Amino acid sequence: MTAGHTPGAPAGASEADEDATEGRVYTVSGEDWDEIVAAANEARDFEGSEQLVINMGPQHPSTHGVLRLILTLEGETVTEVRASIGYLHTGIEKNMEYRTWTQGVTFCTRMDYLMPFFNETAYCLATERLLGIEDKVPERAQIIRVMLMEFNRISSHLQGIGPMGMELGATTIFLQGLRLRERILDLYELITGLRMNHAYIRPGGLAQDLPVGALEAIQAFLASAPKLVHDLRTLIDANPVFIGRTRDVAYLDLAGCMALGVTGPMLRSTGLPWDLRKSQPYCGYESYDFDVPVTDTCDAYGRYVVRVDEIEQSMKIIAQCADRLAERGPGGPADPVMIKDAKIGWPARLSLGPDGLGPSPEHIAHIMGQSMEALIHHFKLITEGFRVPAGQAYAAVESARGELGAHVVSDGGTRPYRVHFRDPSFTNLQSVAALCEGGMVADVIPAIASIDPVMGGVDR
Amino acid sequence: MSEPEETPKAGSEETHGSQAPQGPKPPSAEVAKAEADGDLPARLGEARLDAPVVRMGMFGVQDTPDTSGYGLLRVHRAPPVHSSRPYGSYFDEVADALAAALEADGLGFSDAVERVVADRGELTFYVRRERLPAVAAKLRDDPDLRFEMCAGVSGVHYLDDTGRELHAVYHLLSITHNRRLRLEVTAPDADPHIPSLVDVYPTNNWHERETWDFFGIVFDGHPALTRIQMPDDWKGHPQRKDYPLGGIPVEYRGAKIPAPDERRHYA
Repeated sequence: MTAGHTPGAPAGASEADEDATEGRVYTVSGEDWDEIVAAANEARDFEGSEQLVINMGPQHPSTHGVLRLILTLEGETVTEVRASIGYLHTGIEKNMEYRTWTQGVTFCTRMDYLMPFFNETAYCLATERLLGIEDKVPERAQIIRVMLMEFNRISSHLQGIGPMGMELGATTIFLQGLRLRERILDLYELITGLRMNHAYIRPGGLAQDLPVGALEAIQAFLASAPKLVHDLRTLIDANPVFIGRTRDVAYLDLAGCMALGVTGPMLRSTGLPWDLRKSQPYCGYESYDFDVPVTDTCDAYGRYVVRVDEIEQSMKIIAQCADRLAERGPGGPADPVMIKDAKIGWPARLSLGPDGLGPSPEHIAHIMGQSMEALIHHFKLITEGFRVPAGQAYAAVESARGELGAHVVSDGGTRPYRVHFRDPSFTNLQSVAALCEGGMVADVIPAIASIDPVMGGVDR
Repeated sequence: MSEPEETPKAGSEETHGSQAPQGPKPPSAEVAKAEADGDLPARLGEARLDAPVVRMGMFGVQDTPDTSGYGLLRVHRAPPVHSSRPYGSYFDEVADALAAALEADGLGFSDAVERVVADRGELTFYVRRERLPAVAAKLRDDPDLRFEMCAGVSGVHYLDDTGRELHAVYHLLSITHNRRLRLEVTAPDADPHIPSLVDVYPTNNWHERETWDFFGIVFDGHPALTRIQMPDDWKGHPQRKDYPLGGIPVEYRGAKIPAPDERRHYA
């Protein structure tokens, strides 16, 4: 933290910051709050100023990444909050304009790194709408997409709830949350090969089918995970300290959410059961049985309850996906995970060889030994990519944080002309001033945690 | 569908408003035809072959004919599409409700909306920029419209669309009626001003800052239009098409691999 408008340098404070334009600046690094308040009081006497400007972040353990908040305090009351973002801007949207449509997935999966499957699905749904193949994506692929998105909702919510507990001083909550999340990341690794940045969902279907043993691992997870969620709930739900820090804190009602475009658990904590999975279903969500959890408290505690209820509903959806996959059998050519149209579908199936993952030996034998045309086709589709008819499309999914929309524009070429993501973290983070102003400085921490922003998604 | 025009229209707005449907058939007819013929969806793109050629060649070569046998070195681009009624789905209801709401204020529908495109199950109103705040206010408040949520603004830079290079695209959502709608507003590079919608949709505050930052569109009336992602002292607007991607050539076994925007590609 850097505090402004304070005189002199008390013990442990560094010299004035060169960037400061007014007042005195010193860096706080582990002093007691008493010392800071004493310094602020001195400033009041010294300069006649009532205000203390606190610069929280961009490197701060409870800002969920490189978020910088500029807090203006009067005593311990926050009078003004301004968020400064952009520290993690990586130009993903611009970069996607220079790669093929398929390669785009590799970029957008990295935006909000805690919910990669939602990023991939939103982009792929928009691309499929442009191609006009929305109803030709195989059902098996859609089931696996839904299953992975629900796993992702759980892992993302755990990463929201766990650190929230830690920021309020309870490392047990953090460890309980991450213990369960780790189990899900193991499943990701089994299914996609990676714990994050999967690039597994592709326009037209999936990169590959579930590996052998995945279904059993998922069943084992479903058998043991509900107990861990129950443990977490037993620890937090009625915990007086947790409730004391979160109830009636960071209030934002329905009108505020509408005006600020806030969606997801924050919107559902105002009592409005708005969930795109129900209202505008995609990937076959209309065929699953689940509820939309809501609370009507509009506060940080209500948002926690919505998230933890959603974890339980997601388990229910995953169980239905696993049942459907078990009924369908092991997949293979009769039950593909990629669109049949050879002009779009990735030609090679991946398989594990002695030198790692690559095109299957049968495919290599086919293109290298039997068919020159197949080789040309493989080469053209992989280097050049497929063409997407000109136009624009907007596809939105209900991600863990709210409406994640992909606005995709094609000029008829093999690369996107423009891709824009409407990231829920970016939009929801705008509400930070509405949540914190007028409250106590200590309540800023649960307020940020209840928004659950991920800076990778905010800055893209 | 595609906004890029191959011939400059020099801001002849009336032409757009009254333009008869032309160019490729509406996609719904294409889909029906393709399915009747048993065509694969990828073939849908072949309708573009009727569209005018905007560029020849590959790998940056402009003037040589296609001698490769590859046959796809011509880049086609469809002319601007103007859908005519019925638009299908709930789109006609939305258009009627908006027309009625605007007329109550003495504005004609074609005064405010220069053309309507219904494509791929999505409805787009191309709104004249000076009318944008009035249209947005009606869309939000009229009981038959009630588009309460705005999913922000996305900029698109069409270098070839002379006189209308910069497009701002708004995606609206009505929770009351469970509908979506897209508004598109254009501005020339020479005069990159579009009225701000922050008064109507406060959520657009950061979104408009982002679009200013990346495209240089000035949203008139925005409370504090400053950069949001790039550093404050950054020069230029990085997502414009005339802004280079950057990057450095990478050496590999003695050869230099160029930066991504300078590699060969198949547009």
